[in-house]
Amino acid sequence: MIVFLIKRLSNAALVMLAVALMAFMIFRFAGDPVELMVNEQTTQEQRQELRERLGIDQPVLMQFARFVGNAVQGDFGISYRNQESVMSLIAERFPATFELVILATILSLVVGVPLGVITAIYRGRWFSEAVQFASIIGVSLPSFVIGILLILGFSVSLGWLPAFGRGEVVQFGWWSTGLLTHSGRMALILPTVALSLYQITLVMRLVRAEMLETLRSDFVKFARARGVPAWRIHYRHALRNCLMPVVTMTAMNIGALIAFALVTETVFQWPGMGLLFIQAITFVDIPVMAAYLVIVSFIFVTLNTLVDITYALIDPRLRDATT
Amino acid sequence: MPDPVLEVRDLRVQFPGRHGTVTALDGVSLHLNAGEILGVVGESGAGKSMTGLAVQGLLEPPGHIAGGEVWLNGRRIDQLSNRQMEKIRGREIGAIFQDPLTSLNPLFSVGSQLEETIRLHLDMTRAEARARAIDLLRQVGIPGPKERIDHYPHQFSGGMRQRVVIALALAGEPKLIIADEPTTALDVSIQAQIIALLRRLCDDLGTSVMLVTHDLGVIAEAADRIAVMYAGRMVEIGPVREVLRQPTHPYTRGLMDSIPALGRRVAHLTQIDGSMPRLDAIPDGCAFNPRCAHVGPRCRRARPALMPTGAGQNACWLTHGGVA
Repeated sequence: MIVFLIKRLSNAALVMLAVALMAFMIFRFAGDPVELMVNEQTTQEQRQELRERLGIDQPVLMQFARFVGNAVQGDFGISYRNQESVMSLIAERFPATFELVILATILSLVVGVPLGVITAIYRGRWFSEAVQFASIIGVSLPSFVIGILLILGFSVSLGWLPAFGRGEVVQFGWWSTGLLTHSGRMALILPTVALSLYQITLVMRLVRAEMLETLRSDFVKFARARGVPAWRIHYRHALRNCLMPVVTMTAMNIGALIAFALVTETVFQWPGMGLLFIQAITFVDIPVMAAYLVIVSFIFVTLNTLVDITYALIDPRLRDATT
Repeated sequence: MPDPVLEVRDLRVQFPGRHGTVTALDGVSLHLNAGEILGVVGESGAGKSMTGLAVQGLLEPPGHIAGGEVWLNGRRIDQLSNRQMEKIRGREIGAIFQDPLTSLNPLFSVGSQLEETIRLHLDMTRAEARARAIDLLRQVGIPGPKERIDHYPHQFSGGMRQRVVIALALAGEPKLIIADEPTTALDVSIQAQIIALLRRLCDDLGTSVMLVTHDLGVIAEAADRIAVMYAGRMVEIGPVREVLRQPTHPYTRGLMDSIPALGRRVAHLTQIDGSMPRLDAIPDGCAFNPRCAHVGPRCRRARPALMPTGAGQNACWLTHGGVA
């Protein structure tokens, strides 16, 4: 298990280094940042001084080493746009995105897993066919359309829920949460639903496919032959064998959701990282873009590693293979 | 004579399909006495496994019992609901499947699968069930059952896993075990051990076993009586010695002749010409008539019923009034 852990962790570190290199490259290909930050009246001395402050007068390799060194300590330099520390900008926005993504994930599992199990068990019945059909719509509608439709329905026509923003938030140190206030919770509903709809259909279809396959397997037939009741076979024996791919997909998708959230956040003007990134692109704010890239990748890699470790916990066969 | 543990009368299983209904079992009758091993043989698709599944109420829809009766311990079970059958499966009918590598759920320890089965069928506390699980593992010959009980299926070899499967079949103290090709997936050396184990458990516990296999060697070694099936019908049934020594049905004879004898080199192995008809294209009369060397007009006209011959029964005009 320890060898396995070390192996997985060093893999993860290598991937992160590659990502850091790519993020760093953006700096080299997006033109001279100094030109973007200064105006015509800036003197040559001021430009030089800014260059030194940004550290871009040094050799490339040195710059990269410093970039990595700083990134490890959570320092991604300062935003070109408003001269603020990138890290504090992101820290300010991260809780909003995180809250949204986690809620969407939970919603997609809570709705998707039972739907998948039910449509697999009652295959061919009218209601499971209906759910199947609805899920095709869920998969094919782009999330911004869903977002806009939700706003149209629940905010504009019915006026039940806010159309944009986070509502009131409560601060805990640098962390802010909308879960503790009424307006914060109301504001969360629409973006969460918009973001999770696609995930629900994915989870449902995956669970359904896996269940159908597992229900055909010998050990399910054998369990029936030794008199295990149907519900117990479905929810204990079969479902557990389906969980591996669900865990993988869910974890991977938390990463994907953070990226998807970009669209949802734009539609709902949700003050998260995605919106920050969109603004950064508009202003060619390279440090913010680079930091976003590194942080999103870091989340991806971390989740991946966690998934591998979770595998070993769910499936006893892998536990042995890795020791 | 006491009532048989299992009695199947004129069982018919059908599969309705797009191109008409296929009759997979047609008029199958057999019975099993207490403590007896009945070997059921036949080619693939002859309906051996289907008979076992039908008795357990495990036919895959749209397959269903279309006629006949199944009696278990004096009670008719072919018309029970699935929920009622759940109480019978495991408790009154144990099952052993062909492939021990896939019959066990890989994510649960053998102990938890054993305890699950025990507690479903017998009124026991967790601790009692665990003690019984260890005892069962010991009975089926697994060394160190106290440690092994917490191991997972992948930590056992094929033969050991089949022993676990047998322990699971025994867990609810059934009077009848249906073993579907229990040795087919195992090494030859392990096969003999498993057969000996089944034989011993049968004698010790008084359990009856319906042993479905295409391996006549296994039948010869373990079974008391043998039932030969062909194209969903019973063609011959009788004590294993008589049937194997003096088969009365041409099909059984063909089966016996196609087994190569040890120590004798022959240029060609004897075989039965042709192949078993598809279940939706069974000829009129005797199903075996296109392949039979003794075929006569009567065989093409009328279907022979299972009729007594010597110590057993067969379904052949040859021994019942001639083929003309």
